[in-house]
Amino acid sequence: MDRREFIKKLGLGGAAVGTAAVVGCKGGSQGETGSSLSDVPKGQMTLRENHNSGDKVSILGYGCMRWPTKKGADGKEEMDQERINELVDTALEYGVNYFDTSPVYCQGMSEHATGIALSRHPRESYFIATKMSNFSPDTQTKEASIAMYKNSLKELQTDYIDYMLLHAIGGSMEEYQTRFVDTGILDYLMKEREEGRVRNLGFSFHGQQSVFDEMMALHDEIHWDFVQIQMNYLDWYHANEMNSFNVDANYLYDELTKRDIPVVIMEPLLGGRLSKVNGNVLRMLKGKEPDRTAASWAFRYCGSYPNVLTALSGMTYMEHLVDNLHSYCPLKPLTEEERSYLENDVANEILNDSTIPCTGCQYCMPCPYGLDIPGIFAHYNKCINEGLMPSSTQDPEYQKLRRAFLIGYDRSVPKLRQANHCIECCRCLEHCPQKIEIPTEMHKIDEYVEKLKQGLEL
Amino acid sequence: MFNSMRKIRIILATVFLLGITWLFLDFTGTAHAWLGWMAKLQFLPAVLALNVGVIIGLVAITLVLGRIYCSVICPLGVLQDVFAWFGKKAKKNRYSYSKAKNWLRYAVLVVFVVLMVLGLAGVATLIAPYSAFGRIAQSLLQPLWMWGNNLLAMMAERADSYAFYSVDVWLKSLPVLIIAVVTVVVLFVLAWRGGRTYCNTICPVGTVLGFVSRFSLLKIRIEEDKCIKCGLCAKNCKASCIDFKNMKVDYSRCVDCFDCIGKCKKGAMSYGPYRPHGANEANKANGANETNKANGPDESRREFLTATTVALGAAWLDAQAKKVDGGLAEIEDKQVPERKTKVVPPGAMSIKNLEQHCTGCQLCVSKCPNDVLRPSTDLMHLMQPEMSFERGYCRPECTACGDVCPTGAIRPITKEEKAAIKVGHAVLVRKNCVAVTTEDGCGLCATKCPTGAVMMTTVEYEGKSVYAPVVDEEKCIGCGTCEHLCPARPFAAIYVEGHEVHGEV
Repeated sequence: MDRREFIKKLGLGGAAVGTAAVVGCKGGSQGETGSSLSDVPKGQMTLRENHNSGDKVSILGYGCMRWPTKKGADGKEEMDQERINELVDTALEYGVNYFDTSPVYCQGMSEHATGIALSRHPRESYFIATKMSNFSPDTQTKEASIAMYKNSLKELQTDYIDYMLLHAIGGSMEEYQTRFVDTGILDYLMKEREEGRVRNLGFSFHGQQSVFDEMMALHDEIHWDFVQIQMNYLDWYHANEMNSFNVDANYLYDELTKRDIPVVIMEPLLGGRLSKVNGNVLRMLKGKEPDRTAASWAFRYCGSYPNVLTALSGMTYMEHLVDNLHSYCPLKPLTEEERSYLENDVANEILNDSTIPCTGCQYCMPCPYGLDIPGIFAHYNKCINEGLMPSSTQDPEYQKLRRAFLIGYDRSVPKLRQANHCIECCRCLEHCPQKIEIPTEMHKIDEYVEKLKQGLEL
Repeated sequence: MFNSMRKIRIILATVFLLGITWLFLDFTGTAHAWLGWMAKLQFLPAVLALNVGVIIGLVAITLVLGRIYCSVICPLGVLQDVFAWFGKKAKKNRYSYSKAKNWLRYAVLVVFVVLMVLGLAGVATLIAPYSAFGRIAQSLLQPLWMWGNNLLAMMAERADSYAFYSVDVWLKSLPVLIIAVVTVVVLFVLAWRGGRTYCNTICPVGTVLGFVSRFSLLKIRIEEDKCIKCGLCAKNCKASCIDFKNMKVDYSRCVDCFDCIGKCKKGAMSYGPYRPHGANEANKANGANETNKANGPDESRREFLTATTVALGAAWLDAQAKKVDGGLAEIEDKQVPERKTKVVPPGAMSIKNLEQHCTGCQLCVSKCPNDVLRPSTDLMHLMQPEMSFERGYCRPECTACGDVCPTGAIRPITKEEKAAIKVGHAVLVRKNCVAVTTEDGCGLCATKCPTGAVMMTTVEYEGKSVYAPVVDEEKCIGCGTCEHLCPARPFAAIYVEGHEVHGEV
């Protein structure tokens, strides 16, 4: 953060403190939101029973792929073990007992760091999930795959794995065949399951419906103890629409539930898209529960499905953990109506949210530096709504769309009033009733325009 | 057969004239891909670019066919034919033989070469044919072309089409506009009255090719046994080079238009390998005065035209300044800062290289899509391009000027090379800086600098510490992004100083 930004933030922060003081003088200094750890009740974590093993799993699972890092003595990024230990301790203290890692996470350092943190606690107080991540052809032999599994046991400082996953199935059945059947590692892991060193065997899924159907057909023969899928209120009905390679989560969840296979959820926030929402979406959510975060809705949504064993969250900061503990200690399931509101109304709003919610009210005008703020937003939104935004230089329509966007931009906004002239004085901010981050949006639009002009990949 | 040669000459000349004209009018960058070679074929640009292939080719063509170059390839020559055609419509048989003014031709050529060698190309190229045409096309025709385009763009916009886009039409240099107008007027008068007077007395390229064409293989001949000395050939010779009384043609001036062949009723004129006549000594007696009349244009008329142009130009500037949209903050026009060293485009290599090679043809100026290039108004380097950033900046994806330059004054470069060419460096004027004069926390120059050469930091200024931009002179390439985007008006708080020799980052 540079000084300028810092001063601005300080100014805004000061203003916020001032407001809080005025409002807060009636009822003390505590905010309405239970934003600190001390507000989270202990022993209230909602647990789900895995009928295969009888495990009582916390509905919040710890995703170990985003552990905090720090600059080491040699200048390289390394795992920040101290903070990891702290996070793990807190999670366990408040009832989180499922830790999901993989040999490939955190540049291969995740299992080691997770092992260190967990081994400081009794082994029976948590469940470990890790994966057969034999993506590299070098690891696609029986010996190498077994070595990878044995190494997981070593790094995690344990002699058994509670939840073992075949990592990332879904590209094709040929790939499944090569990685797990031909190498014999699946047979090996099934034997390990018989002998109790693998307590539950399942797979994580990213991909096509045909592959998922074939994996389900194998259930009678292999018996999947659990399956990990990508599920959230946007993917429930719109996964395929957003990416034709993906399957809508409602299909996956229903197929698994039909077969009584417990579901582990990954990407409950869809890469942060459900926590960093635009003003419109935030208003929709805050309108219902003014003091809860956008992310909390996404977690409560996942938890509200009874066949969900746990929802994984890659919590890098204590604040993430605390917010999630609030959502799940205990879980207050969504009503049918709330669930439908997220799946339909909110999801649709998010799908549309690449447009900027400018209503053209002109309150921000005149911009002291001459920009035509509503004009810029209007052109940008028009191009999005009319599908005139090239999304890649590989787009067959790229040249045509690029021309239309740039010519249209010059037509609707004179060159000297375009986004590249915004100096981020931020005087507009206080005027916008939609609370649009105008300077940030201007910067983003100009970056897009620059990429178009220079023919760079978007 | 000779008649069809004349037709072929006219067709080819039309193709070249239209092609080169379009090359100068086009602002979209499409014409160059197709017709860039037409500019590179021009004699003086080829000499300046040391384009040996083209020079040898042109000399060879002249050695075989005579000065066909002047009738077909040279756009200024063909333009004069167009002017003369109007003259011929008004009055037939208007020309007459005149003696070659060799002392004038050679003197002009010598002065031209000396000026070029001295690096005063800006002055010398006032009379260079290709660049004279370029100035006419760029400053007189391109605005018309653009206005026409803007009309189409307006209609396209209504029809929701992106086939045409509107462009700014602005006066890039008043002196160049005046020079172009004067050139047109002088040429029009000369061509109307005496056909190719300019080509045969002033044009340095015409003089040089005249040396060569004396020895050309194919020439216009008068067959003595058929000739009745009616003089019709001489009356229709726009080069005034047929001395029919002595049945002699001055091959240094003949531009191979083939007009005389068709005019001769006795079939005495033909074009073929030269056969020397018996007594073809230079005849000193005949018709020496004719062309002189046409040499000086009417002074009062010229003054009138110049004055009108100045007035028109001023009115035009005024209209530009007043153009303000309602409801928006007024944006004051930026003014050109006083640069100690001018900024010339990447690819020019050095100011010296540009000055030595540039003929001031305005092709780069007409092509610059970012409105950065404009002709210099410095008297010594009049018309040669220089950069300024009031209307745009030298964008990273553009290499148009180097791509089109036919003379090697601006060498073609790639985008990647351009990113590392240092044409100048940014200089700060803190008293104008919005970061210093306001509380708005401007840092636009630092945000937008494509090379990261501008940074924000705390500096002491007039006893206060201010958070303001500083320039890393090592990283700066002089592209003008900061100068153009700087919100300080009318003078930017950061501007580019040019470098004599372009370095690398």
